[in-house]
Amino acid sequence: MAELKVENLTVSVDGKVIIEDVSFSVKSGEVLALMGPNGSGKTTLFMTIAGHPKYNVIKGRVLLDNDDLTPLLPEERVMKGIMVAFQTPIAVPEVRLSTLITAMVNKMNGRKLTDPAPPSLVNNLIKGVQEVGLTPAHLSRGVNHGFSGGEMKRSEVLQLLMAKPKIALIDEPDSGLDVDGVYAVGKVLLNLVNSGTGIVLTTHSARILHTLKPTKVLVLSKGRIIAEGGLELVEEIEKIGYENFLKVR
Amino acid sequence: MKQDLRNLIEGGLTPEEVLSRDTPVRRSIEIKGKITSDVIEEISKIKNEPDWMRRFRLRNLELFNKLPAPNWLPNWVLESINLEEYLTYAKPDVNRASSWDEIPPEIRSYYESANIPEIEARALLGLGAQLDSEIIYFNIKKQLAEKGVVVMPMEEAVQKYPDLIKQYFMKIFPPEHKFAALHGALWSGGVFVYVPPGVRIEAPIEAFFLISNAGEGQFEHTLVIADKGSYIHYIEGCSAPRLSRYSFHDGMVELYAHEGARIRFTTVQNWSKNVINFNNKRAIAEGNAKVEWVEASIGSVASFVYPSTILKGEGAGTEITGITIANGNRHVKENGAKVIHDAPNTYSKIVNKSISANGGTAVYKGVVYVRKGAKYVKSHVACDSLILDDKSKAYTIPHEQVFEDTAVVTHEAYTGRISEDKLFYLRSRGLSEEEAKGLVVLGFISDVTEGLPFEYAMVLNRVISLEFSKYGKVA
Repeated sequence: MAELKVENLTVSVDGKVIIEDVSFSVKSGEVLALMGPNGSGKTTLFMTIAGHPKYNVIKGRVLLDNDDLTPLLPEERVMKGIMVAFQTPIAVPEVRLSTLITAMVNKMNGRKLTDPAPPSLVNNLIKGVQEVGLTPAHLSRGVNHGFSGGEMKRSEVLQLLMAKPKIALIDEPDSGLDVDGVYAVGKVLLNLVNSGTGIVLTTHSARILHTLKPTKVLVLSKGRIIAEGGLELVEEIEKIGYENFLKVR
Repeated sequence: MKQDLRNLIEGGLTPEEVLSRDTPVRRSIEIKGKITSDVIEEISKIKNEPDWMRRFRLRNLELFNKLPAPNWLPNWVLESINLEEYLTYAKPDVNRASSWDEIPPEIRSYYESANIPEIEARALLGLGAQLDSEIIYFNIKKQLAEKGVVVMPMEEAVQKYPDLIKQYFMKIFPPEHKFAALHGALWSGGVFVYVPPGVRIEAPIEAFFLISNAGEGQFEHTLVIADKGSYIHYIEGCSAPRLSRYSFHDGMVELYAHEGARIRFTTVQNWSKNVINFNNKRAIAEGNAKVEWVEASIGSVASFVYPSTILKGEGAGTEITGITIANGNRHVKENGAKVIHDAPNTYSKIVNKSISANGGTAVYKGVVYVRKGAKYVKSHVACDSLILDDKSKAYTIPHEQVFEDTAVVTHEAYTGRISEDKLFYLRSRGLSEEEAKGLVVLGFISDVTEGLPFEYAMVLNRVISLEFSKYGKVA
């Protein structure tokens, strides 16, 4: 049983405080939904947890199973078992998606980065590509190179599926996806949860949450958590919008 | 000192460290000082050459003295080529052998540490190994002789096939600049190959060149003649231990592909960082012949190589692939290409990939020339540069001189950088910074390395990974 704990986290970027005193936790097999209007700090939170050097932790800690991740390099955090699927991942035209996934899985299993993919990984990839709604041709393209918004999302989820992290942080997995895409990605993530991964995800729509059934919903505004509850929070936001929701609080 | 290159690479040592040693190879003859006609006479005498070759050398010396220093060289390079301080001829104190057992262990270990005997046994039909000015090892498999293929050290060919040598030697690449003339005056070592009509050599022949000492010049000459409809793949590898001063390499490669013949010529140049490298490379392709150059320019502090093909016969074609690494302060690596379309329906493809890091400068200089009347020529040039930091540079200088309306000549260029965000993305997948850079670099050159023979692609990939894992540590 793994647990990610964020304790009293305060984060600044270029000297400006973006996240203030945020705490939450998520365990294996749980789903935590993080809602909040644009600019509320959701992406900053994920970038900080992933260890991006630009995001400055002023106060607080990020713990995985009581190990303090805060001083660790991004790659060390991944090796501990947390992984982020980005909202707008950068393109790396030089590296094929299959090469990246192989290198990642090789590293996680103590093999050499450039070793060929073992048959089990090849099989998982063939299956995974289909599940997330990509084609094998995507695997031989440069990572996110010329991918549509939806294809990027599917590729990020595919990488999670191959890495099977203890805790996955997923930034808007459903934006830019068509209805079928949201359903497919939701189903894949549900399988991941059922196999023991804990998920923190951000979203602007209730649709994917109907599939994923979050254990908890948090609402973030101006870098602070302003509400905590269940799916009823999502329904309220859907009904009255963030502006009114924030007024009520 | 007996570990192979691969183990050492995995252990994080550079080829320079692999080959480095304190005791220089003993020489039976050394020639140094001002290059006069007496020096030339002496070299010619040591080689027991016919009079026509002696006179040929003297004519080239005269040209060398007359020609101005090339204006396309950086000043510090010109100043470093102080020829009076270089050994212009160095004969190692060892007899030429055709079995590695006959080579003294201290010399053999050089080649073993670069894995050469093993590659020879597994993948080659013939191997010549040059140490300093002379070929010290030469071994050709029987099946080549049975097919009538001639492969021998260049000096031997001068004695045995004077007519062929007179017909081709420095006729494909005449002494048209100062250092080409210098090569003509001082050439020593190298390999001669003749492939009879219709003969296809399925496994490659390799020559491996080593410079063992600082302050040395190496001037080997390679001549490959592929007669009608024949095929050969020739590979050359170059290496040197870490040297205390600059050494100078001024080699020449001439290829002649007769009608319908195909020549592949692959160079993996991994000189140590104290070598200044010139290699004068030119090919002529007759009708429907094809010449493929691969120039992997990994080592050396300064390198100026422009593999060239003259497409002389209708339907002839050429592919010139360059991989350049300029990794280090002041490193200047020019890896260009030149194609002369001198006949109708000829085609050319130039692919050049460069990586610059740590203050290095990578340069592509290229010329595509289409003569008037050479109808329906097709040419495509693609230059990709990857720049790893703000201190490093890449220049792409393509010249297209097209005098024929029916020609289709295209050029594309791409410049990539490894931004902090790109690195972060790869690190968020569990890769360390240096692993991430290595993956980007290997990916960047993968479409050219995938075309290389497996052994060489592997060695090249490892050498490159190593080069940039060091970079990662530095950064």
